[in-house]
Amino acid sequence: MPDRRTSLDQLPLGIPAIVRRVRSTRAIARRLMELGLVPGTSVTVTRIAPLGDPLELRVRNYALSIRRSEALSIEVDETRA
Amino acid sequence: MTPGVAAQPTLDGPRAPVAATAPLVLVAGNPNSGKSTLFNALSGATARVSNYPGTTVSRMSATARLEADGVVELVDLPGTYSLSARSQDEQVAVEAVLGLSSRRPDAVLVVADATALGRSLYFACEIVETGVPVVIALSMMDEARAQGLTVDVPRLRESLGVEVVPVVARHGAGLAQLRGALMRAIRAPGGRRNQQAPLPADLEAVVASLSAHLSPVWPALTPDGRRAFALWLLLSLDDEPLPGGVRGIPAAITREVARVRRDASTAGRDLDHDIITGRYARIDAIVGRAVSAGPADRRSWTGRIDAVLTHKVGGIVVFVTVMLGLFQALFTWSEPAIGFIESQVAAAQDVVLSSMPPGPLRELLTGGVIAGVGNVIVFVPQIALLFLFIGVMEDLGYLARVAFVIDRVMGRVGLHGKSFVPMLSGFSCAIPAIMATRTLDNRTDRMLTMLVLPLMSCSARLPIYLLVIATVFSSTPPVLGILSAGAVALFAMYFLSVVAALAAAAVLRRTVLRGPRPTLMLELPPYRLPVPRVLLRNTWHQVRSFLVDAGTIILALTIVMWALLSYPRHPAVEPAGARPGALAAASEEAPADALAGRDRGAQLRYSLAGRFGRLLEPTLEPLGFDWRIGVGIFGAFAAREVFVSTMGMVFDLGDTDERSEPLRDALKSATRRDGSPLMTPLTGIALMVFFVLACQCMSTLAVVRRETGSWGWPAFMFAYQTMLAYGAALIVYQGGRALGWS
Repeated sequence: MPDRRTSLDQLPLGIPAIVRRVRSTRAIARRLMELGLVPGTSVTVTRIAPLGDPLELRVRNYALSIRRSEALSIEVDETRA
Repeated sequence: MTPGVAAQPTLDGPRAPVAATAPLVLVAGNPNSGKSTLFNALSGATARVSNYPGTTVSRMSATARLEADGVVELVDLPGTYSLSARSQDEQVAVEAVLGLSSRRPDAVLVVADATALGRSLYFACEIVETGVPVVIALSMMDEARAQGLTVDVPRLRESLGVEVVPVVARHGAGLAQLRGALMRAIRAPGGRRNQQAPLPADLEAVVASLSAHLSPVWPALTPDGRRAFALWLLLSLDDEPLPGGVRGIPAAITREVARVRRDASTAGRDLDHDIITGRYARIDAIVGRAVSAGPADRRSWTGRIDAVLTHKVGGIVVFVTVMLGLFQALFTWSEPAIGFIESQVAAAQDVVLSSMPPGPLRELLTGGVIAGVGNVIVFVPQIALLFLFIGVMEDLGYLARVAFVIDRVMGRVGLHGKSFVPMLSGFSCAIPAIMATRTLDNRTDRMLTMLVLPLMSCSARLPIYLLVIATVFSSTPPVLGILSAGAVALFAMYFLSVVAALAAAAVLRRTVLRGPRPTLMLELPPYRLPVPRVLLRNTWHQVRSFLVDAGTIILALTIVMWALLSYPRHPAVEPAGARPGALAAASEEAPADALAGRDRGAQLRYSLAGRFGRLLEPTLEPLGFDWRIGVGIFGAFAAREVFVSTMGMVFDLGDTDERSEPLRDALKSATRRDGSPLMTPLTGIALMVFFVLACQCMSTLAVVRRETGSWGWPAFMFAYQTMLAYGAALIVYQGGRALGWS
């Protein structure tokens, strides 16, 4: 079964996915990639803040929080274990 | 009483003679990597705080003895995730590593978090690429083990080509090996080239051609340094440089970088992507070889704690509780210390008054110098408490969760989740709150928070509200039958202050601080126990930097304010015998006798401030104020609560506070020239609105000057707040009159 392609803000909680590409303004894309969200990296959305935004991600064994507006710009492939 | 602020050593201090020639070691690392704990462990008690040359980025340095004959100068770099610059302030890191702004470091100690090794090594590799000798301290080894991670240190050392030493800084484990490794790195013969992340051949050619342009401009760069700097320029320079962006790069280089980037994008290549993924590809290979994951010892505490602290309901309950605690601490716990400082200042003034003959010098000492030193020291309890509280929350890891929980609200108006704690502290006092914006890493976020935070209704405004409410609402019937009119008015002022601060943030983000889209990229570090020694030392550094940098300005401004209120001398008035100056208002002294009160009133009216108040009267009349309120507003520039004592002087009452019946009565019976009452409810509301919005606080301006490094920002802050205050008070008064209120 082919992996489902989606953006990170649409990814269900706790489901691992693989980053495909980061399409945002240059400054934001650069910073996200430098924090380790490069294509091919595994990422999971682990939590949503009590007020609905931002999200907490698990990437490269650390917890990173970004807003939905940035998560929207990260294209991922959902992986099914 | 201490002799005064002037006796403090300057921050750059007299350096130990050994420091001038001692090898320079930079300490770099991600935020939350344990860098400050390690810096502390290596530096002992010698750390000093100063700024990077030409910037407002604070820089910690220390002289450390690594071996019997191995004394080095340690300098702490700002904690970042990458060398590439998002703002001027972040540029200091790359300039320091490459030796562009100061001498070239003899070694760089990179602190890498073993639990997030990939991300830590990204930063480490950027530094290794510059060719400087590097030693990596592998921190959080205990946590990595608990997570079931095994790090093969010799293999890591071999793949990276640099020394790697595992440490647990808070227990001192690994420090001896680290000191030895640093000394070996410093003494190693030069000319060795570090290993580079390989780039695709065509990209390597691009980098090489750009490197060639760099040698004439920066001849001191080594070949590795040139290559690293070329990569840095490609990643950091924007095609359309924004104001406040990367500085000090010649236009020719900027053009060349733009050309290279254009060519690459024409060829369908994304240089940022290629450079960053190139580094991560190498890192992933290294980490894959050196780290193996086994079963974790225990379920992660962090996950379990977060299940509560960031829970939909529990998270908000804890959040509100902790913030109320912070609030309570700032208001209540600082109270005894502030009272003590005020009584000591009063005692010092009394000593001078009783031991010196009357005259201008005695008044300068009491009303200018001692009051000024008091005006500085009085902030210390709140600064210390706030930084202790923030330090504990930050070291625990909860400060990041505060930002996580509240970011949604702050983001609406263009603020950052981390703006919340400084803004909340603004209810207590803007001075420590402005200093607390140091927890914000991004300069624009920080500036925005700093600029709107003085709108939060600080505790110094409370005496003004209480005086005005007691004067104008004492006989007003309760609202809706139950709420006293005064309580409603007081609540409205606090509400106005919050609305004004959030609205100002939204407006400034779209105008003065327009820039790249604001974002939140926040690491939520694992929960950890604070190290008290590090906590106390950081708090002390904050207090000291306030005393030295902002304190001197506040002292000078107090003396200027004293002179404006005391000169020129009224010919018929003897120099006042009572204790003058800002802090006199706060003392619980019996009212001076009526004659002295009248004399001081006459002197005040005769002074420059009094004349200024009358000169301003035409501009204040549309707000419902007269010259007497004008003088009060002028005096309140020293500190808002001084409005109350200045009004007491204007009405010939001598020393007064907001609870003084004579002052309330005088205000109630005061009339305008046409005989109508001055302090109507409408005037009262206009006056309170004015004080909610106006930047009537020289200490706020002094601290903003210290934090921004220029007088431009405080001038802007004063201008926009004064215009806002004037406009709002005008609308209240004229609008109210048009509706037939009085």
